[in-house]
Amino acid sequence: MENVAIVGIGMTKIEAAKVAENFADMVWEAVGKALDDAGLTIDDIDNVITTSNDFWDGRTISCMAVGDASGVRNKNCSCVEGDGAFGAFYGLTRILSGSYGTTLVTAHSKGSESVSSLITNAAFDPIYERALGLDMVTAAALQANVYMDRTGVRPEDLARVSVKNHGNAVHNPNAQLPMKLSVSDVLKSEMMVDPLHKLDCSPVSDGACAMILAREDRARKAKTRPVWVKGVGFCADAYHLGDRDLAEPRSLTAAAKKAYGMAGITDPARQIDLAELYDAFTHQELMWIEGLGMAPYGKAAEDLEKGRFDIGGSLPVNASGGLLSGHPVIAAGLIRMAEAVRQLRGEAGAAQASKAKTAVAQGVNGLCGQSHCVWVLGSEK
Amino acid sequence: MSVDQDLSKVKPQVYPSKINVPYSWWAGDTAARFFAGLSEKRIEATRCECCNKVFAPPRKTCPECFAACQTWVDLALTGTVTGFTVARAARAAMGGRKLPAVFALVKLDGADTALLHVIGGCAPGDVRIGMRVKARFAEEPAGGILDILYFEPV
Ligand SMILES: [Zn+2]
Repeated sequence: MENVAIVGIGMTKIEAAKVAENFADMVWEAVGKALDDAGLTIDDIDNVITTSNDFWDGRTISCMAVGDASGVRNKNCSCVEGDGAFGAFYGLTRILSGSYGTTLVTAHSKGSESVSSLITNAAFDPIYERALGLDMVTAAALQANVYMDRTGVRPEDLARVSVKNHGNAVHNPNAQLPMKLSVSDVLKSEMMVDPLHKLDCSPVSDGACAMILAREDRARKAKTRPVWVKGVGFCADAYHLGDRDLAEPRSLTAAAKKAYGMAGITDPARQIDLAELYDAFTHQELMWIEGLGMAPYGKAAEDLEKGRFDIGGSLPVNASGGLLSGHPVIAAGLIRMAEAVRQLRGEAGAAQASKAKTAVAQGVNGLCGQSHCVWVLGSEK
Repeated sequence: MSVDQDLSKVKPQVYPSKINVPYSWWAGDTAARFFAGLSEKRIEATRCECCNKVFAPPRKTCPECFAACQTWVDLALTGTVTGFTVARAARAAMGGRKLPAVFALVKLDGADTALLHVIGGCAPGDVRIGMRVKARFAEEPAGGILDILYFEPV
């Protein structure tokens, strides 16, 4: 693959309700930050990918409404309906097509403006399933039960993910919920849907992220230290939950295999220095760690308890605080990538991993992790 | 924007109900036959002739083989719980469903996939993965997935 780098990132602060900014305002802020970060202007951008979802935005063809703030005027612009990490994948392939030297990718979501339970209920099949009344949280809880039944992972193991990530968020000025918690704080928080407590679930959030990808010759124009795309892969599983083995994310493993193959990763548990994963729910961080081959199946909880995934551990996971500390859906996967970039540049402050040469970032689309996009990013070409 | 601007004077802009499009989904011939079966207290599934997998709820095409599922099979009304959760607090998507509600995946005997539905007729605390259940049907079928009222312990 031709060398492509991430040369600019911009993130808004993640908040429960951004009253002063509409969704385009948030994207405008993120794009401005990404351009400043790269030391480029909008004229240096060859094409734009926006990422949005009409239901979340409450607007038909909402990608068109975020175009102005994404600087698309007189440019080729296309949209991905789904997670931002998939938008970045499309942006990368446009550069690899040879038609564009740079791509600006944006992603945004304002959870505060709708009812998350109703929006995610509408992700279920309207003929066979929707009338039952499930949503993203009840589906995730069902998955958590299946995973715990299969592996013997306990509620306190899940709680440790929440303690770690909320604690890490204390070092992240963009985080919505930085908190010093104990395992018992998590277990004492309201039982939402068995076995998930309130603090096992990510919050409803507003936020946006922008990223600039550039072909190697164009990356030289940027002022930032480039972060290189070493490998990327994505893969989808069946739509209906009952068609899948919910306890084993086989589409993640397949996506990781492709990304690792490109990046020359043969032993992810040792070769990956840090990971920013899609921890929408505590049990999912454990499942994704295992699906990515960073721990044996059912054993991530043991490594977590030993501190392996802490900021000071040998493989920090969600040193940024992750989605448990702020979850603007759609932007979430792109934010994971941007946080990995901050680490690889050595700009993560108190959350900085001691070794940060190779990172994994993950985006997810669909209920219970139907589809995964895995990025391997590196500080060296 | 000025730092001292008071945003509390402007309420969130609500444009009531206009996005509330009253969708009407045609069930399609496959789901229509399934629902017709439910109204007679039967559960039918489709089988893929390539991999022999039996899909409940029935599918027109096999997602594994990308081939037509041409054979209809009658399933038992009994099955096994392969996953579940207990919702204890009201959630918007649940509508008027009584609390606590138990959502579950039920693998019917003779099927290779699990059907998403609800468990009733027992205490939520008694539900287990591996529990044997049978379908309880509505006495006045309406022609949809809720013609199975719930699955209850055998
Ligand atoms: Zn088949």
